[in-house]
Amino acid sequence: MSIAIHKDKCIGCKRCSIVCPGSLIVIDDDKKARIAYPRDCWGCVSCVKECPVSAIDFYLGADMGGRGSTMTVSSEDSYLHWHIQKYDGTTQTITIDRRESNQY
Amino acid sequence: MKIEETKLLHTDVLIIGGGTAGCYGALTLRKHSDLSIMIAEKAHIKRSGCLAAGVNALNAYIVEGRTADDYVNYQLKDANCIVREDLAITMCEGLNRVTAELEKLGLVILKNPDGTYVARGNRNIKINGENIKPILADAVASLDNVTIINRLVITDYIVENNTILGAVGFHIDTGIAYEIRAKYVIIATGGASGLYRPNNPGFSRHKMWYSPFNTGAGYAMGIRHGAEMTTFEMRFIALRCKDTIAPTGTIAQGVGALQVNSRGEVYETKYGITTSERVYGTVKENIDGHGPCYLETTNISDEQNSDLLKAYLNMAPSQTLRWIENGTGPKAENVEIEGTEPYIVGGHTASGYWVDTNRETTIKNLYAAGDVAGGCPQKYVTGALVEGEIAALAIIEKEKHLGTHINSHEHLQNLALQDEYNQYLLSPGEPKPRFSVYDLEEAMQKVMDTYAGGISTMYQYTTKQLEKAEQEISRIEELVTQVKVEAVRELVFVYELKERLTVCHVLIAHLLGRKETRWHTFGEFLDYPESSDAGLHYVNSKLVDGRIQVLERPLVKRGERYEHSYS
Repeated sequence: MSIAIHKDKCIGCKRCSIVCPGSLIVIDDDKKARIAYPRDCWGCVSCVKECPVSAIDFYLGADMGGRGSTMTVSSEDSYLHWHIQKYDGTTQTITIDRRESNQY
Repeated sequence: MKIEETKLLHTDVLIIGGGTAGCYGALTLRKHSDLSIMIAEKAHIKRSGCLAAGVNALNAYIVEGRTADDYVNYQLKDANCIVREDLAITMCEGLNRVTAELEKLGLVILKNPDGTYVARGNRNIKINGENIKPILADAVASLDNVTIINRLVITDYIVENNTILGAVGFHIDTGIAYEIRAKYVIIATGGASGLYRPNNPGFSRHKMWYSPFNTGAGYAMGIRHGAEMTTFEMRFIALRCKDTIAPTGTIAQGVGALQVNSRGEVYETKYGITTSERVYGTVKENIDGHGPCYLETTNISDEQNSDLLKAYLNMAPSQTLRWIENGTGPKAENVEIEGTEPYIVGGHTASGYWVDTNRETTIKNLYAAGDVAGGCPQKYVTGALVEGEIAALAIIEKEKHLGTHINSHEHLQNLALQDEYNQYLLSPGEPKPRFSVYDLEEAMQKVMDTYAGGISTMYQYTTKQLEKAEQEISRIEELVTQVKVEAVRELVFVYELKERLTVCHVLIAHLLGRKETRWHTFGEFLDYPESSDAGLHYVNSKLVDGRIQVLERPLVKRGERYEHSYS
């Protein structure tokens, strides 16, 4: 379980670095974010939700049964769009309205 | 980089840990008093503590037709009588009040057409809790006269004559040390994870049930200053979805899934359904060759399947990713389950500070709230909020009576603080030591796993093994003195390791102290495989002259108030 930060997309806003509950993300000299301690990630995806340009994805480690699929999140008003890029190239999006409760 | 500056700050109330309980303590203090408040938070309050990823239900709520007494009875049953009933009832009386307050702050709660909350079973209500922590944090950030210092790591209390006078720490980014003087302190740092080798010991080592950043700081600081602790031997072991360590309650309670073994036999009826029995049954079925074990979900509807994918995104998105990645889902295949490694966490079991009914610890003017406070299991989110409220109200009440109490040293008192931190920071050109923090953490987890009832021994231990564990933990503790790191950021890891080792010592003493098996798996003492009425007392401990002293305290029943008798 961990995240990957894509430097080409990162705009250096530092929001991921601020919000990480483990303070695991550092800002390098090139002003881009980097996960300095990937093995220490809890998988809470706070940073993934915080990133305004979807530059951070998260994935399941091989020891957790991962196959290389990734997930990013984008927000739009009260909606959270969870985008899954599957390892076989297909994609899927699940949208959740924050104003609606869980049913279970 | 070395720490070269120390700042002195003053506040009326210092809250250590801006998580669930700490935030609610601040909200309560501001609502009912003009005391100055400072929150020292190791990360950033927006997503720190246990609620980072969110929650999808409030598990402690008095639903229509139930009473606070019913909830206390549930706590007593689940903890097999080892509950402080004064703490339990005062918590229960506040559960619905804080829930209403959360809704006012913006939490979405599922409602019936008549406006009442939709119940999930006897004690739970359904919410959208993905952003529950940002909601709390925003409310705290909007208060006047509250100073929030994010990324400030508190490492020790300032205590004189058994009275708290503040705390010291360092800032992760600036590398500045802090001495904070306070009249009152609320400790709200949560419980302790990472003591035992986890389910995923490799790359995903931190993919665990509890926050891996809750490392027992509050327990350790109190222990070192002689605070009395209770019931550490009631470890918490969660029943989780295999690998992702995602919650199972959403499936078990949400869609009524039963626990079944690999033969499709329902086994939960055989072992019972208290929290520990659900884990115990799963362990036993595996030992008997009936594993793997599952929650039976293949009988759910398409709509339930789709709703579960969404529900997990709101609290444990790795489980949803896992289903989609594998092209499955709970309807397509049963969800495999396993027990986690043991944790010390007072919001689920009863481990933590021994507090009076007002949540004051045995150190005067130090209050404990949430997972760090003992005696009151099954607090969950709302119970932690109530404890923050109770501690805050008790401080306000005390201040009314002791209003002249002053604790305002104008100058720094803790002159050795920088040296204390700098001993762990490498000087330029200095060679790295042989053992790293990671090495020692792994060694500690191996010892606890092997000799103190971890996953690999099916949570079982013997007296001889516990004695060996104590020796080995002491050996590792000696090695910590040689550890050095390159950056202030990594100094946090050193202190987290020290905290965990301190908690391990006390945990081992408690496991030895309860000579029975009262909760299967939570404590599986092979020398004493049964429980008896002789065990109907609290096992407490405190550090006296460098040694852990184990004490027995009589049960506190409903209708009683417990006050400390300082000797």
